Formats: sequence, C-alpha cells, structure tokens
Amino acid sequence: MQSQHTVRSYDDELKFLAHKIAEMGGHAERMVEQSVTAIVNADKALAQRVISDDLILDACEREIDDRAIAIIAKRQPMAVDLREIIGSIRISADLERVGDLGKNIAKRVAAISETRQSLNVYRGLQTLAELALTQLKDVLDAFATRSIEQINIVRDRDDEIDAMYTSLFRELLTYMMEDPRNISACTHLLFCAKNIERIGDHATNIAETVYYIVTGQQMPPDRPKEDLSHGIVVDEARQA
Amino acid sequence: MNLMTERSLEKAVGDKMNAVASTNKMKGDKVSVFYGAKQALFDVDLDIPEKMVTALIGPSGCGKSTFLRSLNRMNDTIEGCRVTGQITLDGEDIYDPKIDVVELRARVGMVFQKPNPFPKSIYENVAYGPRIHGLAKSRHELDEIVESSLRRASLFEEVKDRLHDAGTGLSGGQQQRLCIARAIAVSPEVILMDEPCSALDPIATAKVEELIDELRQNYTIVIVTHSMQQAARVSQKTAMFHLGNLVEVGETEMMFTTPKEKRTQDYITGRFG
Ligand SMILES: Nc1ncnc2c1ncn2[C@@H]1O[C@H](COP(=O)(O)OP(=O)(O)OP(=O)(O)O)[C@@H](O)[C@H]1O
Ligand SMILES: [Mg+2]
Repeated sequence: MQSQHTVRSYDDELKFLAHKIAEMGGHAERMVEQSVTAIVNADKALAQRVISDDLILDACEREIDDRAIAIIAKRQPMAVDLREIIGSIRISADLERVGDLGKNIAKRVAAISETRQSLNVYRGLQTLAELALTQLKDVLDAFATRSIEQINIVRDRDDEIDAMYTSLFRELLTYMMEDPRNISACTHLLFCAKNIERIGDHATNIAETVYYIVTGQQMPPDRPKEDLSHGIVVDEARQA
Repeated sequence: MNLMTERSLEKAVGDKMNAVASTNKMKGDKVSVFYGAKQALFDVDLDIPEKMVTALIGPSGCGKSTFLRSLNRMNDTIEGCRVTGQITLDGEDIYDPKIDVVELRARVGMVFQKPNPFPKSIYENVAYGPRIHGLAKSRHELDEIVESSLRRASLFEEVKDRLHDAGTGLSGGQQQRLCIARAIAVSPEVILMDEPCSALDPIATAKVEELIDELRQNYTIVIVTHSMQQAARVSQKTAMFHLGNLVEVGETEMMFTTPKEKRTQDYITGRFG
C-alpha cells in the first residue's frame, strides 16, 4: 500500500473519496438486489423504497465530484493520486448509473405483478442479478484493496452475464408467443434483464478504471464482446 | 489528406522527434562531485538532449544545483570542490585543461536561484556579456541586443524608461527576469536555470515558462525546479535525484504519470520522508 502524504489532511481527503465510493457501492448493490427481490415477490412497498433510495446515490455522486474538484484545485495531484481522483469520479458515475438501473427495475414491479410468470423466468432473473452483483462486489473489492490480480475474471464473468441474458431473452420471447397475455409483463421483464446486463457492463467499466488507477495503463483491449440477443428473431426463439 | 499519407507524415514527424531525442548536447558520464571530503554526487550518468528542456527534480540537498553547476564548471569557483567523471559539450570534454572557462560559460549560461544583478544599470547588466564577448559591432547593435533580450525576458515594457537606473533597484521578480535577459544576451547554446521562478509571482512565472518554451526552439535548457507542475509543464525530459544519486530519468510525461521508481512516485506525490 501507499505510504502517507507529508500533508496528513491530503490523505484524509483521498480516504474520504474511497470511503464514499465504498458507501455508494454498498447502496447500489442493495438497490439492485432489492429491486429483483421486489419483482420476484411482487413487493410494491420494497420497490418504492428502492426508488426513493436512488436519491442517496445521486447525492453521493455530487459530493464526490465536488470534493474531487476541490482536491485537484488545492493539491495539484500527480501520478497515482491524480489517477485515483479521476478514477473516483468515473467509478461514482458508474455506480450512480447502476442505481438508476436498479430504480428502473423497481419501477416495473407494479406492471410485472399484474400477472405471474413461470418460475423459471424469476429464477433466471435472479441468477442474472447474482452474477452481476458478484461482479460489482468483486470490482469494488479490487478498488478497496487496489489489487488487479483478479481483474480478468471480471471480463470472463461479463461474458457469462451476456450469455445468460441472451438465453433469458429467448425464453421470454417464447412465453410471449405462447400466450399474448404475457406480452406486457414479459416485455417489462425483458427490460429488467437488459438493465441487469447493463449493470455487468458498468462493473466492467469499474474494473477498467481500477486497472488504470493501479497501473497507469489502460487495460489491454479484450476480444470484442457481443450481446447476442441483437440477432435473435422470432422464428429462432420458437425453435429454442 | 488520405490515410496513407497521413500515416507516413505521422511517421516522419515521429522519426524527426526520435532524431532530435537522440542528439545529446551534453553528456554526463559517472559524474561525482565532492565538497572537501563530503561526496555530494555519486556516479551520475545523465545526458542533456539538444533543443529540449531537461528538468532536474528531487528533495532539497539531493544535488540538483551541484549537478547543474558542474555543467558549466561553476563548481570551480567553490573552494574545495572536486569533480570526477566526464562531462562533454558537443562531444568535447569541458574539464579538459585546454578549455577556456570564460568561453565555456558563454556557451553554457546560467540563471541562479537568487537574482544576482550586477551593481550596475539595467542596461549594463544586459550589455556586459555581449560587450566582453565582442558580440556587437556598434553601439546601435548593442542597444538592439539589450532591447531584444529584455523583451524576450518580458521585462522591457516595465523598464524601458529607466534603462540606466540600477538593476538592484528592481523588484525581486524583475531582477530575476533581468538575470534571464542577461543570460540570453550572449546567445548561449545551453541555458542552466536554478529555480528561476522561486522569487516570481504567478504571472511572471507564467511569462518565464512561456519564454522557456520559446527558447527551446534554439537553445538547450536545463532547469532545476521544486514545482512538480512546473517541471511537468516546461520540460520534455525529467531527472529525479535523491541523496546525490540519479534515481530515475525519463520522458517527462511518463515521470509524472507512471514513474517506475517508488522514490520518484513518493516525491512527486508529496509522500517523501
Ligand atoms: N559549497 C558547498 N560546500 C559544501 N557542501 C555543499 C556546498 N554546496 C552544496 N553542498 C552540499 O551538497 C549537497 C547537495 O547540495 P545542492 O545544493 O546541490 O542541493 P540541491 O538539490 O540543489 O538542494 P536545494 O533544492 O535545496 O537547492 C548538500 O548536502 C549540500 O549541503
Ligand atoms: Mg539548489
């Protein structure tokens, strides 16, 4: 780990940013988890709580921005410190987006609760959310410990999330074709799944930021990844 | 412009940069400096690229000024100071007994940390060097050198009405710019600057930095600075010293973003000792 700055209060300012990121991470994880639980249990009250919790994340992001700008103006940070500050700004923006996605899922609870879908769908959504949340937790741990040894796993898991999302997409499409009364709820569920898949992408962004903070280099480019649902058409879904 | 030619242009520019980077105006080879029995520099190998700004950084007492002074043999003037190793200017050993030190210092000029104008008029401070080196054929030419040097040091406007007043009557920041004007008046090939902005306000500092950037077109510059931001702004190459050793040297941008040595990292981020 880093040794301390000669000016102690500089360390405190940087620590504040790191703590705030950890706090945002915790909030964002909880929002996502609760939003999916609210879907599965048709729990509108929980959904409402998730929606109002989003304000906290927004406030945290603004606070991080303000503090980061103040540190830059005051300390003229160099090298790893500068990367850490810029990294904090980026990570908090990603976490704020994760919160938005959680809120967006929560907002769909009412519409989805109109009808019940096959258990499989909920299970699929939960598994997808678990993958995305593990992802988020791992990258936040990597940020907290400034360790990048495990960071490549994050990308592999992102591929897993994409594959899982694609299969959920097919499944939902199938239900919609089986019974048009499912269309409304399944469309909402589809958006939920897409939102969770996006959370995985934000986790990957955070991983890249952590890599940059620690090494000063951009993470080497990955093989191009794809959300394969782009190519799925109805006929194909029927065969699946 | 199509892609191909754009690319080859880029390459040509890149090659040119490399070519520039590979010409060293000065070379330091295993330079050690002793003050009496005390060794202040240890086997420093450092090259000074031509027409670039090289910044020397490091904590107080690490030997920056000592190294800088060895580049134009200013250390000769210090009692008990001894330099070993080799320093060359355009391939010529500057410590060779055949070297004329006065001529060397005209080619390798210096601006000191503390402004030190001669107790003479502003005009004479600047005219002195060109006159003793016979750089002006006429009074008119000398006037021109004085004016243009003062202009380049962004001092002319402030002093044009009192060129014959004493240089010591100027403010600290003005004196420093006078010393810069004095240094460039003899058209040196290399300019050594020891914390040239430490007595200057932010505006004068910005002017000196602008001047350094402009001087770089024609001169080779070595600057000692305690401001990391200044080093990052004005230099292309940065050398980090600690306890008389050269810790790390590299392209400035790399040194201030991703230094390799922990001591460099600690120093530039304010974590030292
Ligand atoms: N004239 C001198 N006589 C004896 N020792 C000296 C002399 N000048 C410098 N030293 C010693 O040599 C070492 C290097 O000094 P130098 O002035 O080169 O440091 P510096 O890096 O320029 O420091 P600063 O940033 O404070 O100007 C120091 O330990 C200093 O005490
Ligand atoms: Mg010094």
